[in-house]
Amino acid sequence: MKAIVCVKQVPDTSGVVAVKEDGTMDRAAMATITNHDDLAAVEAALELKDATGCEVVVVSMGPPPAEGMLRELLAMGADKAVLVSAREFGGSDTYATSQILAAAIKKIGVEQDDVVFCGRQAIDGDTAQVGPQIAEKLHLPQVSYAADVKMEGNALTVKRLLEDGYMMLKVQTPCLITCVKELNTPRYMSVPGIFECYSKPLEVFNYDTLKDDELIDLDTIGLKGSPTNVYKSFSPPVKGAGMMLEGADKATVDQLVGILDGKHII
Amino acid sequence: MAEFNSKDTGAFKGVWVFCEQREGVIMSISYQLLSEGRKLANDLGVELCGVVLGSGVKEEYIKALGGYGADKVYYCDHELLKDYTTDGYTKVICDLVEDKKPEIFLIGATNIGRDLGPRCAARLHTGLTADCTHLDVDVEKYKSFLKTTSTIDVDNTAFEVNTNLKMTRPAFGGHLMATIICPRFRPQMSTVRPGVMATQAYDEAGAAKTVVENVPVSLSKDDIHVEILEIKKAAKKMVDLIGADVVVSVGRGISKDPEKGIALAQDLANALGGVVGSSRACVDAGWISADHQVGQTGKTVHPRIYVALGISGAIQHKAGMQDSECIIAVNKNGDAPIFEVASYGIVGDLFKVAPMLTEAIKALKASK
Repeated sequence: MKAIVCVKQVPDTSGVVAVKEDGTMDRAAMATITNHDDLAAVEAALELKDATGCEVVVVSMGPPPAEGMLRELLAMGADKAVLVSAREFGGSDTYATSQILAAAIKKIGVEQDDVVFCGRQAIDGDTAQVGPQIAEKLHLPQVSYAADVKMEGNALTVKRLLEDGYMMLKVQTPCLITCVKELNTPRYMSVPGIFECYSKPLEVFNYDTLKDDELIDLDTIGLKGSPTNVYKSFSPPVKGAGMMLEGADKATVDQLVGILDGKHII
Repeated sequence: MAEFNSKDTGAFKGVWVFCEQREGVIMSISYQLLSEGRKLANDLGVELCGVVLGSGVKEEYIKALGGYGADKVYYCDHELLKDYTTDGYTKVICDLVEDKKPEIFLIGATNIGRDLGPRCAARLHTGLTADCTHLDVDVEKYKSFLKTTSTIDVDNTAFEVNTNLKMTRPAFGGHLMATIICPRFRPQMSTVRPGVMATQAYDEAGAAKTVVENVPVSLSKDDIHVEILEIKKAAKKMVDLIGADVVVSVGRGISKDPEKGIALAQDLANALGGVVGSSRACVDAGWISADHQVGQTGKTVHPRIYVALGISGAIQHKAGMQDSECIIAVNKNGDAPIFEVASYGIVGDLFKVAPMLTEAIKALKASK
């Protein structure tokens, strides 16, 4: 049995945001962190390991510096890491990304009692699409928005968040779960973990590693193969050029509500 | 490359809206999407169709979708569609899309829509753009949209003229906006968050004219691999600052009557469909619990609307909220730093301004 966890290194969007000419983000120019929801997915996998002794494999698609993040996850307790990295994969949208990650997961191998964990969404794109799309490409059942996961034998009972409550769902392995950060509190790297992390296996899957998979087709991956493209990207007008409204009476308030209504803000 | 039906873009026609129901009741996001879809369908000169999956959904609810712009509703009735399952809904929707071939398919970005949309897009081999805040097919309309919302010199910029769906969404915490297209595949799919698009006035005559087509559903228990054990509605919501669409925060300005100040903020939050936050000062003073705190040592939020009542706007507070889409500040001191990041500012006493604002918003909502 093993748990495979998809993790993304994301730009720290609280810092400076740099954009390239083609409208995609210039990740190299920004500070990076491990995506929060993905850390919850890692912790969920590690808890499964604590309970069952299963193997935990972390996989990330990104440029070579993502190796640093993978080493940290090995130091937290993951057993193996895979970095999916190739020029051909660059500029992929969620669809293309899910094809590549699904091919990588197939290469790692999904067996009958395995679970694939993903974060619900990444803070740079906020799409929540890659998890379900990987599940589709792997023909696995999915449960998204997991806020609690319990495993008994080959069955997982998952609390799936709704806006106004939750659903309790039961799913058999193999399956894919996307985790919200409320699921748990990720552990820290341990001191022995930090010593061990450089001796644990970290494999790189490049284009050649994956190219024989039916999902890897230059017409359906990378910037060119992605179904969606950026038509235009633009900056919103600078904040701070706010509008001070005259007075503080009913007329002022009505004026404000009128503006908000006109802009469909309320 | 592999052959996909979605590549034959010319074969796809019409605008569809997924009309989500829970417990047999249509979610209001469906009306917002139909209202928006109506404009797109008009610009393209095509039909607008609603798609409802459920079991025993009342006919009047289905017909009512015409009152928000739908020409036609495809209703898929099956006992296995009563409650949402990824497998069941994806299969039925993908079968229908393959059969009828819509060019545009809009889905509400609810916790269910954001599970369903990507699964369908992956199966249909097409693009999906999440959480769109603006949609256009007409380039001229798109250009006039950019004139008011961007720093682009629209008149001196070249635009490729086509009727592809132009899906605009915020990226990177609103630092940047991106307009996405899906030129090579159909349907062009997009999700939209609840509350982003306006609902048109209900049209009785439109509802009466709605054509309802009952779609035969091919679905069996074996198609569904996730079992629903229980669905629970939350009795009382916890304060979810981060997930909140609207946050109304209070600051030191409530000091003369903290209890009343918080109650006024709660009233305003209720009117806007939001939650109450606070600055650190109020937490330290013991007026409100720490889970409400916004700022560097509290939570970082970027809701659609952030209202700051009596908050001076220390840098630690601003760090936690300045990326909100629309910031409304009310403060007695016109020099308060909060006004530097505010979209709209009112210099005045929150105890007077907040209740007036609540009333004005309630009146507006009642008139809609």
